[in-house]
Amino acid sequence: MVKSNEVLLEIKDLQIQGFSEERWVDIIKGVDLTLHKGEVMGLIGESGAGKSTIGAAAMGYARDGTRISGGSIEFDGMELTTATEEEKRSLRGSRIAYVAQSAAASFNPAHKLIDQHTEAPLQYRLKKRTEAQEDAVELYRQLRLPNPEEIGFRYPHQVSGGQLQRAMTAMAMSCRPDLIIFDEPTTALDVTTQIEVLAAIRDIVDQYNTAAIYITHDLAVVAQMADTIKVLLKGEEVEEAETKEMLDNPKEDYTKSLWAVRSFKRSQKERPKDGVPLISVKNVDAAYTGGQKVLDDVSFDIYEGMTVAVVGESGSGKSTTARVITGLLPPMNGEVQFKGEALPPDYRNRTKDQLRQAQMIYQMADTALNPKVQISEIIGRPAQFYQGLRGSALKSRVDELLDMIELEPSHFYNRYPPELSGGQKQRIGIARALAAEPTFIICDEVTSALDQLVAEGILRLLDRLQKELNLAYMFITHDLATVRAIADEVVVMQHGKVVEQGPKEQMFTPPHHPYTDLLLSSVPEMDPDWLTTLLEERGVDNVGDAASAQIDTDASKVGGSKQGAQQESGG
Amino acid sequence: MGDILGLIAKRLGLGLVILFVISIIIFFMVELLPGDIAQAVLGQGATEENVAALRKEMGLDKPAPVRYLEWLGGAVTFDFGNSIVTDEKVTTLIGERFKNTLFLASYAAVIAVPLAIILGIIVALLRNSIFDRVVNVATLTSISSPEFFLGYILILYFAVNWGMFPAISSLSEDMTMWELLNRTFLPALTLVLVVTAHMMRMTRAAIINLLASPYIEMARLKGAPPWKVIVKHALPNAWAPIINVVALNLAYLITGVVLVEVVFVYPGIGQALVDAVSKRDFPVVQACCLIFAGTFILLNLAADVGAILTNPRLRHPK
Amino acid sequence: MNFFVIGYYALLLGASCLAAYMNRRAIFLLLFSLTLVSFILGIIGGVAALRAVTIAAGLLALAGMVAYGFREFLVQLSEGNVGRPLRESGGVFLIILLILAALAFASNSFDWGLAEIFVAIGVLLLIIVPLSPETAKELRRAPLTATFGLFVIFTYIVAGIFSSVIAPHGEAEVIASAFAPADDTMLLGADQLGRDIFSRLIYGTRNSVGLALAATVAAFILGAVAGLLAATKGGWFDQLMGRVADVIMSIPSLIFALLMLSIFGPSIPVIIGAVAIIYAPRVFRLTRAVAGNVVVMDYIEAAKLRGEGTWYLIRKEILPNSTAPLVAEFGLEFCFVFLLVAGLSFLGLGIQPPTADWGSMVRENATLISFGDITPLIPAAAIALLTVAVNFVVDWMLHRSSGLKE
Repeated sequence: MVKSNEVLLEIKDLQIQGFSEERWVDIIKGVDLTLHKGEVMGLIGESGAGKSTIGAAAMGYARDGTRISGGSIEFDGMELTTATEEEKRSLRGSRIAYVAQSAAASFNPAHKLIDQHTEAPLQYRLKKRTEAQEDAVELYRQLRLPNPEEIGFRYPHQVSGGQLQRAMTAMAMSCRPDLIIFDEPTTALDVTTQIEVLAAIRDIVDQYNTAAIYITHDLAVVAQMADTIKVLLKGEEVEEAETKEMLDNPKEDYTKSLWAVRSFKRSQKERPKDGVPLISVKNVDAAYTGGQKVLDDVSFDIYEGMTVAVVGESGSGKSTTARVITGLLPPMNGEVQFKGEALPPDYRNRTKDQLRQAQMIYQMADTALNPKVQISEIIGRPAQFYQGLRGSALKSRVDELLDMIELEPSHFYNRYPPELSGGQKQRIGIARALAAEPTFIICDEVTSALDQLVAEGILRLLDRLQKELNLAYMFITHDLATVRAIADEVVVMQHGKVVEQGPKEQMFTPPHHPYTDLLLSSVPEMDPDWLTTLLEERGVDNVGDAASAQIDTDASKVGGSKQGAQQESGG
Repeated sequence: MGDILGLIAKRLGLGLVILFVISIIIFFMVELLPGDIAQAVLGQGATEENVAALRKEMGLDKPAPVRYLEWLGGAVTFDFGNSIVTDEKVTTLIGERFKNTLFLASYAAVIAVPLAIILGIIVALLRNSIFDRVVNVATLTSISSPEFFLGYILILYFAVNWGMFPAISSLSEDMTMWELLNRTFLPALTLVLVVTAHMMRMTRAAIINLLASPYIEMARLKGAPPWKVIVKHALPNAWAPIINVVALNLAYLITGVVLVEVVFVYPGIGQALVDAVSKRDFPVVQACCLIFAGTFILLNLAADVGAILTNPRLRHPK
Repeated sequence: MNFFVIGYYALLLGASCLAAYMNRRAIFLLLFSLTLVSFILGIIGGVAALRAVTIAAGLLALAGMVAYGFREFLVQLSEGNVGRPLRESGGVFLIILLILAALAFASNSFDWGLAEIFVAIGVLLLIIVPLSPETAKELRRAPLTATFGLFVIFTYIVAGIFSSVIAPHGEAEVIASAFAPADDTMLLGADQLGRDIFSRLIYGTRNSVGLALAATVAAFILGAVAGLLAATKGGWFDQLMGRVADVIMSIPSLIFALLMLSIFGPSIPVIIGAVAIIYAPRVFRLTRAVAGNVVVMDYIEAAKLRGEGTWYLIRKEILPNSTAPLVAEFGLEFCFVFLLVAGLSFLGLGIQPPTADWGSMVRENATLISFGDITPLIPAAAIALLTVAVNFVVDWMLHRSSGLKE
């Protein structure tokens, strides 16, 4: 990597305002940024930190409803805040390019990929049409897109998400810009797809020595991509340092809290020697009305007081499994047993007591709590509904529940969900589940929408409650760190099938099923050399979609045998 | 392409089914009359024999489904039977009037459609400016006014006070085109005012919706000049919503035309319908209703087919 | 050139310069373009045109001031939180309303002459309920058009309830010769039968608006209940209702209304029934869509899995989260219904004489227009004004609930 000391972009005391509720409010409050030629800077922060806004401002662009209200943006000697619209426009696409989060929405559905690709070079008269097209094909090849010769002649909706994201990177490269803004380019992708997009982006940026601003909320991803990292919080800079320095030695408390590796760990429990499983999913096939089969012969057991983590990518059927267990989606074949007895497939036919036993906690606490109902009623309703509590008995039960989730009862009793923070809402969701006095709780990605520290608090709370109330958890997640922290057993799913299952220790030690292996290896780690090492170990063709396609063919064979073995040992 | 043809065929089939259901509703609604048509026509004072004779004459002695099939068979060949009041053929009564109505509606549409779409796009581009707000208030006022209010105001100023156009649109065979356009200007203008306001608001909403798409922002960030953003990136995706807006408003014209015809005493089918309703001339009412509903369905159908044809996702299937 | 014209341009130019100096771009643009337009108007229409512009501007300013004042008034009331006791009383409030309704009904049937008072108290209580500090916050940000709309609606309510007190003459009382001009006793002159137009206009508020309101309520109850049930139950009921709505909506509303009126004859129950059938599908679609967005929320799933019944789901979980769009939709439907009913009565198929009704008043006196008399247009303007007012309020509510997506 050739890095010069020549400054490409210099932002000083940038202030941006957004229009909300009929007045202008500050959303970026004085941020400085210096980017050298060929340097990749990671911008990191939670949603609402203003990362994207700064990214757009680096192009002299203010989105609708925002305005640049102060400071200076100097790109290669040109002041963008005072430049005319015409001058700024002549930079965009040619010298500064942009890669958006959702490639599917950011490609115009009415034009072929290659026509959108060649738009900028043709407009700036850098190349003739045929030259530009040849160049596009060359870039597609470098970004390892399948069929580089003809993929450009397709329409956006005919190409998959991961490929579109690479095509968009190619489009950004079309004029060989000095600077590319990557705005969360892999956030919408699955981990196995993400890895090949990351690899492709990194290679091409390296090859042309392009400077980049890489915006993301994922620390592990930014560690792979960036030379320097800048941490933002609510429109202000927290700190900036070289990637290695930042990872090893963060200075500010906020950064440390982001960097904090999960300290929470608990010992793994064993299944009781001879007992009936609390919940037993037996050979379940399921499909949504009129659709394809989404679950194919899924079987696993959950024992009392234990935590089973179900992992897999989007579309693997983990949430559908939860819907089958709760009875929202009656299975086509197979059944769900509770303490050895079959539950009615449809929740409408289950008794109050059966419904009470299994409760759910949701990923998005925002949509899980009715915004127009007071906390006391949200928590009180199940107690009233199942146990028939009323008056002061109900009130003391609600107080008890609020105590259990470590929230001060008098302070929260009369409030509404929108007034609470994300972590508090998630706790209320837990209290609602507990109010039914269940034996089994399904936790659907409960920590993935929360910040690191808050998430850890929730995990600790869940663990404490499990010990106190002997609850069984089914933990649906794609985050392997969470699995390592809390699970006793792990079930890995792919394309609606269980590919591997067993106790946690066993699952995290090789040999793995190839898919588990791919999944485990694709999750970015906080080590800046992780991607390089991985690519060296596996080779570029053995990651991402290509690898998962190879697995698909023999998945049933290997998965089936291992799963069979597991069942024998379990039963 | 097979996909697209299938979708269009499906939509056409659905249109036919709806038209069929509506013909059933229109026909059997009359059957809900207390007593029957013969009774209703002759009134309370009629003797039993007279009523029975009329029943026989009108074929009311046959069971309703048979009469429905006969009526439907006639309707397909534009034969709606005879008027109860004048005993003329319904087709001769409303045929010429239908043409007049179509003329008036197209007159209004030719002015309103381009005007509304161009203004709608301009307002969308200038959104949140003072111009946008003024236009918003003006169009809201226009769509909130009953058609007869607008019509009479136009008469008051353009016909009575300033004498620029005739207040009453009497038509005759030997008029020149210019005379025709001049005489029907006020009713057409009334329709234009109402429909343009509706259409502008809807076009504005559709365009603003479109301009918020990420691919428009992407085009801007690629350095495309504003005209190119609109022409190359927004317009190819705007056809479907615009076609929809136009068809919806042409359908709205159909209803608006009834009141406007009455205000300007214009010899159209709407006027005929209103007369028939007050005289309880059921064959004419049924025929008019079927024609209005048919046109309405046809326009909605055209909108949906247009939307299918211009959708790039459907034109280039996977 | 007279003093008026000089003053006119001086004022306009001065104001636009002031706006430019104060950096109020929008106001400057508006004033200056008005100046330019005035040149053209002045050349074509002379002083009279400029006078008309002045009068229009004056009226606008007046409306603006009324709206501003009314907004401040409502904000003050809301800050005082006058609605609080009513909101917290719950059931008691409902009982009070029922008692008032019963009293009004009794008063009407036994001729105590107090019906207006009871109705007025009831309506006043209903208006007070939403007044809270949160409303004050919303109102402060409300555009003047919206508060102007609220003011107009308020005026119509007063005129509707107290019509018999306000109107100087009886509804069908013949007091003069046909088309007698305005004099001391008749503000707007007499109609084609010699009845006082002003009195009939006031009575028309009660009849026309009342009928439209009743019809809207009927359509709304029908459509909203079906929509909520379809959203919660789903399955075949949802499908069936959707198809029925499709069919009804593919007949133009006015045509369908004319068909039904020709068969059952124009009477108030028939009109209400016809309008309910015609507009219920529109309400159904919207309610279905709004409730459909709520039904996919996880808290609904949680409640379903708890074993809650349909009624609980609708009442406790869905309705509180869809009130804002439904209220806006009610306003919008009211406008459509009001225009349709006005159209019908203009065609002579609405409320039958001698009951005063705005639509038919226009038709009955239309001949006066050919003599350049604007009196027949006043009822039509009354219709337009109320519809505009409701639309302004609805526009604000929709804008508020959609946030600032633009």
